[in-house]
Amino acid sequence: MAKRALTVDDSKTMRDMVAFTLKGAGFEVLEAEDGMHALSVLKGQTVDVVITDINMPNMDGVTLVKELRAKPEFRSTPILILTTEGGEDKKASGRAAGATGWIVKPFAPDKLLAVVNKVCP
Amino acid sequence: MSSDGSSGSDFERFRVTFFEECNEILADLEVHLTQLQEEALDVEGLNAVFRAAHSIKAGAGAFGFTRLVTFTHSFEALLDKLRDGQIEQSPHIADVLIRGGDILAELVTAAQEEREVAADFTAPILAEIAEVMDEGGGAAAVASAAAAAVGPASAADVEPNGPRSWQITLAPGPDLFKNATEPLLLIRELQGLGDLIVRCNSDALPTLRRMDPELSYLGWVFTLESTCTRQDIQEVFEFVDDTCSIDIEDVTGRTPRATTSQEEEDGFGLFEPLESDSAPEAGMAQAEGGQPAPAPPVGAARAPAAAAAGAPASKPAAASSIRVELNRIDRLVNTVGELVITQAMLSQELGELADYLGRQPIAGQEALAALTRELQECVMAIRMQPVKSVFARMPRLVRDLSGKLGKKINLRMSGEHTEVDKTIIEELADPLTHMIRNSIDHGMEMPADRVAVGKPEEGTIELSAAHVGGNIVISVSDDGAGINRERVLRKAMEKGIVPADAVLSDHEIDELIFAPGFSTADQVTDISGRGVGMDVVRRNIMGIGGRIQVTSHPARGTRFNLLIPLTLAVLDGMIVAVGNQRYILPITSIVESFRPDPTQLRFLDDRTQLVSIRGEFIRIIKLCDLFHVPDAVHDPARGLVVLVEVAGGGKVGIVVDELIGQQQIVIKSLNDNFDPVEGISGATILGNGKVALILDIEQLAIMRADVSSGRLPPDPGPAALVAAE
Repeated sequence: MAKRALTVDDSKTMRDMVAFTLKGAGFEVLEAEDGMHALSVLKGQTVDVVITDINMPNMDGVTLVKELRAKPEFRSTPILILTTEGGEDKKASGRAAGATGWIVKPFAPDKLLAVVNKVCP
Repeated sequence: MSSDGSSGSDFERFRVTFFEECNEILADLEVHLTQLQEEALDVEGLNAVFRAAHSIKAGAGAFGFTRLVTFTHSFEALLDKLRDGQIEQSPHIADVLIRGGDILAELVTAAQEEREVAADFTAPILAEIAEVMDEGGGAAAVASAAAAAVGPASAADVEPNGPRSWQITLAPGPDLFKNATEPLLLIRELQGLGDLIVRCNSDALPTLRRMDPELSYLGWVFTLESTCTRQDIQEVFEFVDDTCSIDIEDVTGRTPRATTSQEEEDGFGLFEPLESDSAPEAGMAQAEGGQPAPAPPVGAARAPAAAAAGAPASKPAAASSIRVELNRIDRLVNTVGELVITQAMLSQELGELADYLGRQPIAGQEALAALTRELQECVMAIRMQPVKSVFARMPRLVRDLSGKLGKKINLRMSGEHTEVDKTIIEELADPLTHMIRNSIDHGMEMPADRVAVGKPEEGTIELSAAHVGGNIVISVSDDGAGINRERVLRKAMEKGIVPADAVLSDHEIDELIFAPGFSTADQVTDISGRGVGMDVVRRNIMGIGGRIQVTSHPARGTRFNLLIPLTLAVLDGMIVAVGNQRYILPITSIVESFRPDPTQLRFLDDRTQLVSIRGEFIRIIKLCDLFHVPDAVHDPARGLVVLVEVAGGGKVGIVVDELIGQQQIVIKSLNDNFDPVEGISGATILGNGKVALILDIEQLAIMRADVSSGRLPPDPGPAALVAAE
């Protein structure tokens, strides 16, 4: 069965890029526009990896990570956060919330895949 | 920037999405920056502006728009400091942000049009941003962060490249699993680097009774034979280096090297190409002399920012939407247009068939008509957008201009959520801008003059939009001095727009401002006098099937009303017969129709006929003469006169043989295949499959004078004035 990923980003360009890359690697890709939307998309289903932006309206990425980690079914789901800079505090707050890793924007497709493969066998 | 290149080509297909998104972001940004002119932004507002810059930066990076990345980076850094309170909002900062917004928009446009901006285009504003940040204590932190980050980056590169033996000790912290980290994956990844020997350290494993299954107790010691560098190994542990203790020792020839401390590794990311991508932009943004800084300088003081971003925004969830390319929608609109025509044809045929058979209308026919109409309305609704996007640009304009001219003006807006066809919205920006400029420049008095005549010092301009019938009415009104009729008339006479001895009503004088080439400014200012006058405004509005009216009261102000159709694709039309021809009159312009009594008809001269109705004389236009239609009713008293309204409130009577009926008309443009035809705005296909031309009433009114006499009548009455436009 194809692996499933959820990309969470308020920028459609970014979602498209992530989806395009992962679909090319055989993933099935779900999309959400912000944390709130992601939680509703994930109602009643699970995914193999979540890739989320940090800065989003309604619910930001760090809160989303916390919310997901509080749910038993997402405790061991790898979650990657997207940052535009190597901002240590962003990574740190993401880590503290329970994120598995991070990807720095802008990313090349092969880099994204490498990171996803790193946390999602 | 090497990986930019590769990602650029792979992601090229997302360019269109990116620019669409940019335009949305910029429109939204404009709204917030507009608000900023009035008052300081709240946390949510700052967050929104931050996200705007942030989103553009991310996309710009992916497509390799370095100028855009550099600029958004600085812009974003400033916003970041604002939103976590390191810098206080002030009028000066508001100004910097507003101008920054302009530069951002220009950079996006330049990127989209694939043209270079001048090398120093962003320099002044970047310098100002740097200055503002410096005042807020930002620059010091920036510099130290950059300096601190440079050290370890160079140290990491001195590894020799031959086969080496590495001893790696991994001691995970107890919370390893809380981040869904799977140590097995790390081990496998390490195995991918070379020959791996793994020893497990289970010393910390407690008894089963004491064990918490969610905590991590195991540790590992790896021996790796590989040609990889220390950095390759560090990369494996990238995501766990903060929660695990990791020792990497080069044990080649059993001469252990000093281990790299965690603190050092922490500072820079291990996705080397990616990190080094962002480094030069950071360097450029801060003009640090191009020293690659693995951690972007402004990252140093981000912690409170993240906390601020973490506060859930209380904004209601946005309506879910999808983005569709405009040409797909156009195709849909066209197809539905064809469907409407086909349905009309079918309906007519079936009606005739039913008549022939002497039966009731065929079942389903009416339902089909209703569904077609509903489908059409649904499709049209897709193209509708609120006028807000255009209105949002106006406060800025008012502020800039009034400041420049030393006038005090308050802009009030209402009805921003009124929806209009997207194409029309785009066509509204220029006319509205010009009208508001005009009001500020010509209409509004200086504060002192206002006080002298007992008005409040601050003038008011009102911009409103509302649905009225099948139209949208946008009005721009001011409480200024009103149109200076004496001056307008004098100018018009000087310019030969009206004869020197003409006697005109107030309304006719007001209308003169729409005459081509008319400009009342004694000196052409850079504000109103940009080579376009109100005539261009009127032409633009007419170009989208709208009309513009002006009413003015001396000392009380001027009001412009724009009447604009909701959509360009359909109109409610009245089909009229002239001889064997069928024409369409837009229902919205029709006032009434009647068959005049011969006593109501007069000749002004041998060509100009008038009809008198309720004490008003109205000029008559005969389509049969204008379009040379044979076998048509020539005498208005034997046909019908359809009274229609012309822009500016004038009326003309159009003589037709008979009214055929009212119908939704799908407009087909003639411009693709024909040169513009005078008096005709487009065509449509009727139920019987025949083509009918849609009449352009404004032009008909103009044509009349030319056709009737070949030149202006010696004594131009009010009617000829309309013609003179």
